[in-house]
Amino acid sequence: MSDFIDIGAVSDIPVQGARIVRTVQGDIAIFHTASGNVYAVDEYLPGKAGPLSNGIQHGEKVTDPMYNWVFDLATGEAQGADEGCVGTYEVKVENGRLLLSSDAIAGRVAAE
Amino acid sequence: MTQKLVIIGAGMASGRALEHLIEADPNAYDVTLFNAEPRGNYNRIMLSPVLSGEKTYDEIVTHTAEWYEENGVTCRFGEKVANVDRARKVVISENGDEVPYDKLMFGTGSNPFIIPLPGHDLEGVIAYRDLEDTEQMMAMGEGNKVVVIGGGLLGLEAAAGMAAHGVDVTVVHIMGHLMERQLDEAAGFLLRKALVDKGITVRCHANSKEILGENGKVKALLLDDGTELPCDLLVMAVGIRPNVKLAQDIGLAVGKGIHVDDQMLTSDGDIIAVGECVEHDGAIFGLVAPLYDQAKVAAKTLLAEEAKFVQRELSTKLKVTGCDLFSAGDFAEGDDREDIVFRDPARGVYRRLVLKSDKVIGAVMYGDTADSNWFYGLIKDATDVSDMRDTLIFGPAYQGGTPMDPLAAVAALPDDAEICGCNGISKGQIIAAINGGADTLDAVKATSKAGSSCGSCLGLVTQVLGITLGDDFKMPEKETVCKCTDLSHDDVRKLIIAKELKTIPHVMQELEWKSPGGCHVCRPALNYYLVCAWPGEEVDDGKSRFINERVHANIQKDGTYSVVPRMLGGVTTPDELRAIADAADKYNVPTVKVTGGQRIDLLGVKKEDLPAIWYDLGEAGMMSGQAYAKGLRTVKTCVGTDHCRFGTQDSTGLGIKIESEMWGAWSPHKFKLAVTGCPRNCAEATCKDLGIVCVDSGYQILVGGAAGLDLLEAQLLIQVATEEEAIEVACAFYQLYREGAQYLHRPYKWIAKVGLDWVKEQVADDLENRAALAARFRYSQKFYQVDPWAERARKGVDSHEFKPLADFTKVAAE
Repeated sequence: MSDFIDIGAVSDIPVQGARIVRTVQGDIAIFHTASGNVYAVDEYLPGKAGPLSNGIQHGEKVTDPMYNWVFDLATGEAQGADEGCVGTYEVKVENGRLLLSSDAIAGRVAAE
Repeated sequence: MTQKLVIIGAGMASGRALEHLIEADPNAYDVTLFNAEPRGNYNRIMLSPVLSGEKTYDEIVTHTAEWYEENGVTCRFGEKVANVDRARKVVISENGDEVPYDKLMFGTGSNPFIIPLPGHDLEGVIAYRDLEDTEQMMAMGEGNKVVVIGGGLLGLEAAAGMAAHGVDVTVVHIMGHLMERQLDEAAGFLLRKALVDKGITVRCHANSKEILGENGKVKALLLDDGTELPCDLLVMAVGIRPNVKLAQDIGLAVGKGIHVDDQMLTSDGDIIAVGECVEHDGAIFGLVAPLYDQAKVAAKTLLAEEAKFVQRELSTKLKVTGCDLFSAGDFAEGDDREDIVFRDPARGVYRRLVLKSDKVIGAVMYGDTADSNWFYGLIKDATDVSDMRDTLIFGPAYQGGTPMDPLAAVAALPDDAEICGCNGISKGQIIAAINGGADTLDAVKATSKAGSSCGSCLGLVTQVLGITLGDDFKMPEKETVCKCTDLSHDDVRKLIIAKELKTIPHVMQELEWKSPGGCHVCRPALNYYLVCAWPGEEVDDGKSRFINERVHANIQKDGTYSVVPRMLGGVTTPDELRAIADAADKYNVPTVKVTGGQRIDLLGVKKEDLPAIWYDLGEAGMMSGQAYAKGLRTVKTCVGTDHCRFGTQDSTGLGIKIESEMWGAWSPHKFKLAVTGCPRNCAEATCKDLGIVCVDSGYQILVGGAAGLDLLEAQLLIQVATEEEAIEVACAFYQLYREGAQYLHRPYKWIAKVGLDWVKEQVADDLENRAALAARFRYSQKFYQVDPWAERARKGVDSHEFKPLADFTKVAAE
């Protein structure tokens, strides 16, 4: 079982908005969708897409601001004809706090 | 030796005959043209658009004074013909002048029928026939009451035209439903409903009894049930009668009209007659199409060529301002007839076909007349429809199993299919015009005359263009916004306003969006449409904007941003330049670049630093240049009269004034301007969305230029005399574009769709509309002229956009 780290209040991210969490391995985008769900995915798909937190959200998807690739926030998979996948991380809401899997941060730090 | 032709009456039929004659042989006749109206030939059908303000009189003139002069026509306008001495072959004018003729043409037209009610000769009781009548109606405005007697086409046009000016109009119709000669009861009902929605009062089954007056002027109409309808003007539009008085006086054979044979010759072999004054084979004529046929025949007869006038089955595609109607053939009920009816009350659509022995003999359509030509063809050709009976009512797209695209229906039409009913132009003639080089709608209109009268066939003409030119022609087809909806951009915009939709979820709910939250295509478009439609209301949704507009800077490929402060008219100061230099140093800006829009771009700024750099630039008095916006960008200028020996006006000053007034506005796409001080065009105004070229006599305003993916020279919209007018026109044009264009269409694309002529009508010709547009723009500006940088740098707006939620890099580094 992985540990979770408090990264802020869920209200710190407006509905249909996104913010980033910086890690030494790179930025992770945290999405707060219209339906109230939260997702954590890599901010960049190197050479192909990103910064995804700057994209337009619709449903449980986001459109990359640079090249209009559409990613499913739950799976990280690019939709339609585009092929690629961004990493996804476990994130949950408890008592209004956003909890991100420590693997997303510590694991990546440990990988150094 | 040249013969003498005298024409009595400068109307549409005689005018067309004259055109044919001159085209065939300009030297065949010396022509003298009498007209009782003090003017030449104008397009009488278009009086209704003049009345409603969509057109001006000048625009509906068919033959100008120059045209008559160039073609050697002697004009005697405002002069009535008193008599004709057929024995001596002379025409005698009212002042006793005698004009000899070899051939005489009657084009005396028709007289409006005035019901001889008591009081019909009061001042303020008029018909709807000529420009004078139209002008009297145009003099009415808000606060005036007008009664129109007659619920036929003309009466309803008069009513709709005046209602558009805010006049309180009542239509009094003796029959049970409107336009009973062209429409059945159901379509008449829909029409009535549409008119009532426009604020017009409609009274059917109404018998007029007396016109009441006061001091010789009309005061009210009294109905026989005792109702009194007060009015300042009473318009009688109850029909026309061929004007045969002169013909009768001089002993020509006359029935309802002047009798003519198939060659348009009257009972006197040297006298021909055309138009509404004639009777041919028992019929008289009111629609323009047969009149033009007659004109063609008359010209040939005058040239001693063979020709024969044949009466055609007539369909009427009627246009009462804003309502689509079509009727053709026979739609009376009968035992041997069957009806197929289709109704869609929500869309206000009604279709009825009358069948007899498996053939369509009549059709009435209301609300959606797109397929009318196809049905008309079935009637004309007496096609056996038994095989397609089940789906017949849905139109050609549903025949033959697979739905056809709309182009296929037009492609399938034979070459002799008539496209333009007014001018009798067939598909083949339009194709010939296109193959002769007419590759735009305007060019086709000019060369073939198709669509140049009432304009109701322009959609079909456009489709013929599309088929003929193939890929060379971009069909102005109805595109949906995106795959989330079946609605077009235009539909969505109209519905947002009609249904007063003010949030994106509301739009998606009401307009039945097919996806839960839209997509990156429709969301920004909807957001713009809301922002444009509801200024002053909190409708803007940043999450539906592209990142550049959301964070008010341009994202670069490495995820950094560029910062461009506004420099009004491209003018800056040493202090501003110092502040820019200091900011560039302080925030380690890697690149400082002068832009094409006459300002300075700081490239490579980190997102977190944006509020701080904006704060510093704001301290020096600078604000956002909105170089990222689908909105007002820059106004480029040259130095004008301040420094340049060629400058004709203060182009820099005007540019600054315009930019001061217009900055901050959002629009469907970016909007760039320039003001150049002389035609040498140093500010490159001729490729801008709106460019102003200063000349000695004022300011030429050009629109629709482009210098991007497409390269297009801007076209002249209008020349004005003063700076104030130039600013007003610029604001009005921008507003027209803001309100009408599809999201992400630059002005040139939008103009290609709506036509420069239309834009001119709205902004250049119609001063009231220009003022109203400019006023709407200025109202909107009250809310959008807020510097977004100051909001974010000083008031903490959207601070979440610029700061990471959490930062673990520092923790990890420890």
